[in-house]
Amino acid sequence: MSNSVNNSKPSIGVRYANWIIKYRWLALLGTLVFAMILTMGGKNFGFNNDYQVFFSDENPQLKAFLALQAKYTKDDNVYVVIEPEKGKIFDREVLMAIEELVDSAWQTPYSSRVDAITNFQHTIAIEDDMYVDDLISDVANKSEMEIAEAEKTALAEPLLKHRLINEDASYSGVNIVVKTPSATEWANILAQRKTVADSLITLSEEGVKVLTPSDSLKILTATYQSPEQEIAEFVRSKVAHIEAKYPLVKTHLSGVVMLSNAFGEAANKDLSTLFPIMFLIIIVVLLIASRTISGTFATLMVLLLSILSAVGFAGWMGIKFTAVSMPNAPIMILTLAVADSIHILISFIQSMHKGMAKREAIVESLRINFMPVFITSATTVVGFLTLNFSDSPPFRDLGNISAVGVAMAFFFSITVLPALLAILPVRIKKREGKRAKQVFINKLADFVIGNHKKLLWGSTAVLLAFVYFASQNELNEQFVDYFDKSIKFRADTDLMSENITGIYTIEYSVSSNEEGGISNPDYLNTLAEFEDWYEQQKGVVHINTYTDVARKVNKSMHGDNPAYYNLPKERNEAAQYLLLYEMSLPFGLDLNNQVNVDKSETRFVATVKNITAKELIDLSDRGAQWLDDHNIKGESNLGISTAIMFAHLTQRQIYSMAKGGFWAILLISIVLIIALRNFKIGLLSVIPNMIPIIMAFGVWYFLSGFITSGLAIVFSVSIGIVVDDTVHILSKYLRAKRENNATPEEAVRYSFKTVGRAVIITTIVLSCGFFILGQSSFHMISGMAKLTALTIIIALIVDLLFLPPLLIAIDKQRIKKQN
Amino acid sequence: MNTIMKAIPTICLIIGAITISFAQNKGEQIVEAYDEAYTGWENYTSTSVMTLTNQHGQESQRKLKGKNLEQLEDGDKSMIIFQTPNDVKGTAVLTFTHKEGPDDQWLYLPSIKRVKRIASNNKSGPFVGSEFAYEDLSSQEIEKYTYDYVKSDEFNGNSCEVVLRDPVDPKSGYKYMHVWYNPSKNYRIEKIVFYDRKGSKFKTLLYKKYGLFKEKYYYPGILEMTNHQSSKKTTIEFTNYTFDAGLTDTDFNQARLKNAR
Repeated sequence: MSNSVNNSKPSIGVRYANWIIKYRWLALLGTLVFAMILTMGGKNFGFNNDYQVFFSDENPQLKAFLALQAKYTKDDNVYVVIEPEKGKIFDREVLMAIEELVDSAWQTPYSSRVDAITNFQHTIAIEDDMYVDDLISDVANKSEMEIAEAEKTALAEPLLKHRLINEDASYSGVNIVVKTPSATEWANILAQRKTVADSLITLSEEGVKVLTPSDSLKILTATYQSPEQEIAEFVRSKVAHIEAKYPLVKTHLSGVVMLSNAFGEAANKDLSTLFPIMFLIIIVVLLIASRTISGTFATLMVLLLSILSAVGFAGWMGIKFTAVSMPNAPIMILTLAVADSIHILISFIQSMHKGMAKREAIVESLRINFMPVFITSATTVVGFLTLNFSDSPPFRDLGNISAVGVAMAFFFSITVLPALLAILPVRIKKREGKRAKQVFINKLADFVIGNHKKLLWGSTAVLLAFVYFASQNELNEQFVDYFDKSIKFRADTDLMSENITGIYTIEYSVSSNEEGGISNPDYLNTLAEFEDWYEQQKGVVHINTYTDVARKVNKSMHGDNPAYYNLPKERNEAAQYLLLYEMSLPFGLDLNNQVNVDKSETRFVATVKNITAKELIDLSDRGAQWLDDHNIKGESNLGISTAIMFAHLTQRQIYSMAKGGFWAILLISIVLIIALRNFKIGLLSVIPNMIPIIMAFGVWYFLSGFITSGLAIVFSVSIGIVVDDTVHILSKYLRAKRENNATPEEAVRYSFKTVGRAVIITTIVLSCGFFILGQSSFHMISGMAKLTALTIIIALIVDLLFLPPLLIAIDKQRIKKQN
Repeated sequence: MNTIMKAIPTICLIIGAITISFAQNKGEQIVEAYDEAYTGWENYTSTSVMTLTNQHGQESQRKLKGKNLEQLEDGDKSMIIFQTPNDVKGTAVLTFTHKEGPDDQWLYLPSIKRVKRIASNNKSGPFVGSEFAYEDLSSQEIEKYTYDYVKSDEFNGNSCEVVLRDPVDPKSGYKYMHVWYNPSKNYRIEKIVFYDRKGSKFKTLLYKKYGLFKEKYYYPGILEMTNHQSSKKTTIEFTNYTFDAGLTDTDFNQARLKNAR
């Protein structure tokens, strides 16, 4: 029994504490070596910014998307928005800027295609000659009339309007298509660069003057976190050059590559702002709470070692960091680790205040805290581990890294912390007198006991109201909204959406089901009907489809007569026109991105804006249904895209994390039943553990009202933390009843008096930590953190105002029954 | 960070400069030897099957017939006639390559029974959706490139000379290519590696199953082009070469294009 602390045989905590004091140097050295070995995993430290990291290999949307890309081309992109100061794209200088930008954009690493208004392949027919050429080139030597002519053509061209130019030609875009290397390809590229760098060093050592070694080294060992960063920085340097040369032109960068890059930038920004702030706050809290330099130093050591070990663990396991885990895992570890060690530190100081010697105080602190700290750490670890149920790998990584960090924090709290306290000089004087603050706790206990019936019914009513509000939250996930406006990607993408084209797309591969069938007039007519249907749907701003190519070529084959801007009526004609057109296209501007290899399918891309994730999924489904209804039978008619993948992510995340949450509550309840040695109370604890999260979602309805995939993990993250307060209050309540045969009211009073203050302090520390994390520029994390902070605060209220009345009510009922 | 991009060309230049300086003419010598070896074949016809394969292994085939006529003063003349797929059957491309300036090209479309001239400088796009660009398939006139010797290299048991070819046409899809010439087999080409406009490795063309014709001309049985960036592949398998097919200039004009078969 847990109350057997004063038996003849010393408890495990006491025996352990004596051992650690005796072998303090060995313990310190041993743990330091252990931490160092773990930390050495940091040599594999790396980032993965590819947005596809959010989707597991089994994710059906990712599979569909990859299949579509394999059929045509993989086209991640950088979209450069061109904003001329005078608001006129068809201005000589602006066009020159675009032309020059297109030229240098071809040099973009991993690029395969560059589309702009200038290099748009324009077809002109003169008698039986067919000219296919850039819409406008060598702008410097073109007449005003030719420029005006190009403007007229561009604005009449469905392939350009709302894609690369807006209605009044005041904005334009340059789309750079890249094939970003996969993680393995990227590793190879880095290795190759290193080989070149090494051989250059060797050469220079041998006295060959190839390049000044310092320069070459800088070049080849330049560290890009990711290929996306390399691409983004290349394009940024090019547009900066254009802006400097053509002061009339301003540029903005969007596209999927910039999205991926923004994940990295958000992580870096948070790492350099939130992390130091959090550290500073913790130092201040520690100094105030402990008033010893040694104690603060020892605790900081625990925190630092925990974080380093967790990061090192990730390195050993080959886990790459993402915007989900960096700097969020370290900040969470910091927050939770401080909660562990502060318990041990404060008990130690209180014991010294009571007049104990230093070593005695260490033993006493470990005696009191060993089991509670172990249990609270264990429940937190279990909660984090259930993140492995997540559908999205970065969240699994976040769970595992944090779980290791919290486990390590426990380990270092019971090794490094007492060993350091034993080694370092600690000066704390004995104190007399009662603490003023306990007055508040006592008053609170009186209030709760006096009003327990009102509180029970009142809280139940409030709870039910919040359950209702919680159910009113809506799912919505759109990747632009992941970032706040301080991240440039967000501002630039908003500008692009407002002025030229949308960033969200839906893609279909429309099949004719026969080789070469895309030239079949029946197929072309169905495709045109699909296009017409799609254009009428809400939010659709542009459609890129093969029919536009077919119509354009048909017109050119009939002497550019606009009356022939329609679909060929005969299959052989269509096929031969296509062959002719294909033969006249230049490098990089071919049809491989919209026609498959045996010419049986074409790619249909709809660009949408200003619609919610739900509407997006709905539209993609209705499109697929339309194709089904019109006898289009390919492998699948699924509408898919990056945006669709993210839109589905919330649902998949909630579904998978519901399973995770179930296991979390089950496992944690078992831990509690064992720890409290009381089946009924252990089971009862489920209620105060679940209520806070439900109520937090109710409050969330008023704060945001939208649920994204980040929020789905709040249950697993918070349950292990929330449970700690419950454990403390319940265990003291039970102890009073067991040891002192106290009435329910007396037991509540005892429990408030012994742990009330500690519970309030840890709640403040924890909610501070999560509140700071809530300031992240990455909304997947900031939302999760804010909701967790809310949950932790509500949990405190529930534990103080609802749990005690509940215990009193239940126990009174039982006493009544017994009588 | 972007200094790396700026510096890579510099590094290449320096490394290149070292090799070029003492080998300026060797590359040209090799190519002249090749040109010499492939002179005097006069004319031939061929049949071939072009197979396009994508990442998934999905395939698509086109059957082609070719007619080629050697020209000494200017570039060679050629005609490609599509046999399949059915909807383009009879479509024929007539090309007059020129040693200088853009080639002339006409296309006959049987569906409308008309010859269209493709007045375009764009010869760098893919040929009928394959991994071959038109510029890869057209007659490789010596004037279309400048040359630099790179190195000797063992390839498939043959000691080859590798020459860098730099296209003169500014609209070419390539920055340069490396060509493996086999001096022991009359300078036939064994392999070409193409580098795109930004200098990244782009495609590899392998010449396989060479046959010997008229006792001195090696012609490949299979051309295999792999695109490293898209992982797509195209092979052309030549099923028949007929030399001395009796072709003359009159077989290569717009009128003949219409009833080419």
